[in-house]
Amino acid sequence: MEIWGMPVRDILKYITSGEISATEVLECYLNAIREADPEINAFIDVLEPTARMDASRVDALLREGDSPGPLAGLPVAIKDNICVKGARCTCGSKILENWISPYDATVIKLLRDQGAVIVGKTNLDEFAMGSSTETSAYGITRNPWDLRRVPGGSSGGSAAAVAAGMAPLALGTDTGGSIRQPASFSGVCGLKPTYGLVSRYGVTAYASSLDTVGPFGETVWDCALLLEAIAGHDPLDATSAAGEPAAYTKRLEGSVRGLRVGIPRELLNGVSAQVRELFDNTLSTMEDMGMIVEEMSIPPVAHAVEAYYVIAAAEASSNLSRFDGVRFGRRAPAGTLDEMYTKSRGEGLGKEVVKRILLGTFVLDSGNKDRYFMRAARVRTLIKREFEKAFDNFDLIVSPASPDVAFKIGEKIEDLLTMYLADLITIPVNMAGLCALSMPMGFVDCDGAALPCGLQIIGKPFDEPAVLKAGYLLEQEIEAGIREEVSSMRRKLNPVRECELVD
Amino acid sequence: MTNQYEMMIGLEVHVELAADTKLFCRCSSRFGDPPNTNICPVCLGMPGALPQANMEAVRLATRAAIALNCSINPVSKFDRKNYFYPDLPKGYQVTQFYEPIAQGGYIWIDDPRKKIRINRVHIEEDAGKSVHAGDEIITAEYSLVDCNRAGVPLIEIVSEPDISSPEEARQYLEKLQGLLKFARVSDVKMEEGSMRVDCNISVRRKGSQVPGAPVEMKNLSSFRAVVRALAYEFQRQAQVLEQGGQIVRETRHWDETEQVTRVLRTKESSDDYRYFPDADLPRLELSQGFIEEVRNEMPKLPDEIVSYYVDELGLPEYDARVLTLDPSLAEFFDACVSLGADPKTASNWIMVELLGYMKAENIPYENIPLSPEYLVSMLELINKGVISGKIAKDVLVIMIETGQDPRTIVKERGLEQISDDESIARIVDEVIAAHPSVVEEIKAGKAKAVGFLVGQVMKHTKGKANPAKVNTILRDKLLS
Repeated sequence: MEIWGMPVRDILKYITSGEISATEVLECYLNAIREADPEINAFIDVLEPTARMDASRVDALLREGDSPGPLAGLPVAIKDNICVKGARCTCGSKILENWISPYDATVIKLLRDQGAVIVGKTNLDEFAMGSSTETSAYGITRNPWDLRRVPGGSSGGSAAAVAAGMAPLALGTDTGGSIRQPASFSGVCGLKPTYGLVSRYGVTAYASSLDTVGPFGETVWDCALLLEAIAGHDPLDATSAAGEPAAYTKRLEGSVRGLRVGIPRELLNGVSAQVRELFDNTLSTMEDMGMIVEEMSIPPVAHAVEAYYVIAAAEASSNLSRFDGVRFGRRAPAGTLDEMYTKSRGEGLGKEVVKRILLGTFVLDSGNKDRYFMRAARVRTLIKREFEKAFDNFDLIVSPASPDVAFKIGEKIEDLLTMYLADLITIPVNMAGLCALSMPMGFVDCDGAALPCGLQIIGKPFDEPAVLKAGYLLEQEIEAGIREEVSSMRRKLNPVRECELVD
Repeated sequence: MTNQYEMMIGLEVHVELAADTKLFCRCSSRFGDPPNTNICPVCLGMPGALPQANMEAVRLATRAAIALNCSINPVSKFDRKNYFYPDLPKGYQVTQFYEPIAQGGYIWIDDPRKKIRINRVHIEEDAGKSVHAGDEIITAEYSLVDCNRAGVPLIEIVSEPDISSPEEARQYLEKLQGLLKFARVSDVKMEEGSMRVDCNISVRRKGSQVPGAPVEMKNLSSFRAVVRALAYEFQRQAQVLEQGGQIVRETRHWDETEQVTRVLRTKESSDDYRYFPDADLPRLELSQGFIEEVRNEMPKLPDEIVSYYVDELGLPEYDARVLTLDPSLAEFFDACVSLGADPKTASNWIMVELLGYMKAENIPYENIPLSPEYLVSMLELINKGVISGKIAKDVLVIMIETGQDPRTIVKERGLEQISDDESIARIVDEVIAAHPSVVEEIKAGKAKAVGFLVGQVMKHTKGKANPAKVNTILRDKLLS
């Protein structure tokens, strides 16, 4: 029986039934990491010793006839801006190079309590600021589909880890698209939950009012499983929503006949011809399934990017003030306090982060606050209201998850405005506090490589069940082709497989 | 010269709330623990840590707002005040800038009777404490940070500039301190930093309609420092104006040693705190029910207690004010009265003997070293004539120092008053025999000299003889 490449559902079944052990599963993935990660660089730290402890605890529970929980023995990779007790949490930044978290994020506690194995910490754009994982202080992560390309970002490491088969599941964070865009670029599923559904406690803040934590998986079912494990009220996060989360995996089957699906014109601006073609094909499939697809408009979305960068930068400038050389990072030798601050921060923080801190400081300055920050807050309210109205007429809203396929490393890093604008497609969801799934809808041939491209399915706040169900049923219609492409991509990455087990 | 000028003073008072835990985490807010022992990821500002508001602190802040006659906002919000300082772990302080918990209150001062308006009361977290090697920030070789205080809940009480003399400022602060102590909001100790005062003072020529430039003063560690700094600053500004100069808006530091103020920073270089809403904290909503509940549990405040003492118990106003200097005193007095003591007698003993002792020994009000039961049973011993008032003063000290019951003390030490006529008569006879010349004088009409013989009897009995009886017996023997 070959574990590697086996659907997560089956791995879970075999671990629970005792046919394979959590330790065997872990070793298989550690092996894959050893083979593929030197090229991909999806991981900042692989937590081998503690992951082995997690796995053997699961195995011990199973031997004693106890249930290790719904994630029994499944390895999960964690974006390195989420705190895992005893492990470094670098946030992709030099300033946190040596910072070891003394505590677990709530999501990590939940994962461990439910039998997950925390396999490692994945690469990201520094402090989750970026769309390509190129701004990390720990090297660029490469796209498993084409090593010359970026995996997307900022959760590029998590997306690439799942895509390359180095972890069956992963957690990412999404402030303006940081789960959905890399999922699209890397050919995996990723879900940005409704703000408040998943605890942010222990997740390094970029923009507190927009940050969310969500799952990556190969399939929609995988995302539903992981979301089920991490969703729910957390008293440690005052912005966490009250109430019981749904049993997402139990609500995937059924029909989508008659579902009203809106396509906002504004989100199709700037979408490449090839992606547009894929998207139109997907819409046809959706119509074939009985959904009612209709073009519509959400005008204030046109200002979402500007408003987003003002709000996110403002919050970031404050959230990142704590990295001042007093308690975090290397303290630069200096003669005065101000010099210590400027030098320590100057040395420890990267260019993109400094740029956003400066922007955020500027828009909050008492002379500029009304013109920028307050106005952006009003735009945000407007976007939220318009989405609410749209959801009076539609059950779901869909768009491509990114305007184009993965770009080449270095291609856009000097052309930031284009990179920022590409986020138009994902940002409105964060601004309006909605949930959205990004799932593969097909491939585009580019430079001799087949590059994946994702579909974004947007739902009302806390309507993850509807989003996941539509995605799950759609996946059944288009899945076959995608799985083949995934296998062939992985075979290229890992020519030698040594994960065969004797039955 | 200065009588041609007037001053407008506004005070900003920070008060630590008497909540057991910090404002946004459940670390202890205790004062005086070893450095960096009451800390956690939240109050250390670790990456990923998030605040959880402490409803006990909110309750105390609400109570303060009620005590200060403020209107309470059913919805208030938390904002971030951004600045860099080593003892500010997050690089911002969570406060209420845009929508505070309460606004528009006032308190009365008595001399002159005057209403001082309060602009607002808002909740915020304290910063940590920087400890400078060798104590002086300028010369310190290094500084250390203690984060025990980081996140301790505070309220800031901002007055309107209604105060027009240093003396009024002192009264306002004393009034405020009393109110907050009685409302059980805070222990309001300047010396432990649970009450901190910043002053704003502006000076202008009398009759001028243009307000003077406000000057802020910091480092005022006692009420006395506030009074002196204000007086100094008034003089200084009046002098500058008199010489045709201009006052600039600035922050000045009170130098306690030199008793002068010095420029700390001018407002041109002032900080822009970039206030904006803290997205980690939802709106603070106080239901009408909650506000009513806090109103109902409100302890009695000094003015109410004073009128009760004066009107119902017949105490002089002065006594009533002294007894309401601190809730422990008032409680002690109330306990004595409810145990049956005569109010005025109890008040005398508390004000003169007990407070005298405590003051001499530097014992704070809240640590009254005696139980009301003991004091009352001592008063009973006086009433019943078992001990004299003079002996009672000694008994009081012995009670405090040994913790013994007054009856035991009197019995064990043989301090009972000598009241039986026979014993007194015997001693009187001895004294008469020993002072024939005085006796002659008395018999010759100098009745005043009886006092001397009474004193001799008391001396003989070590103060235990009943002085009234001694007097009667002596007069009987010599003058009848």
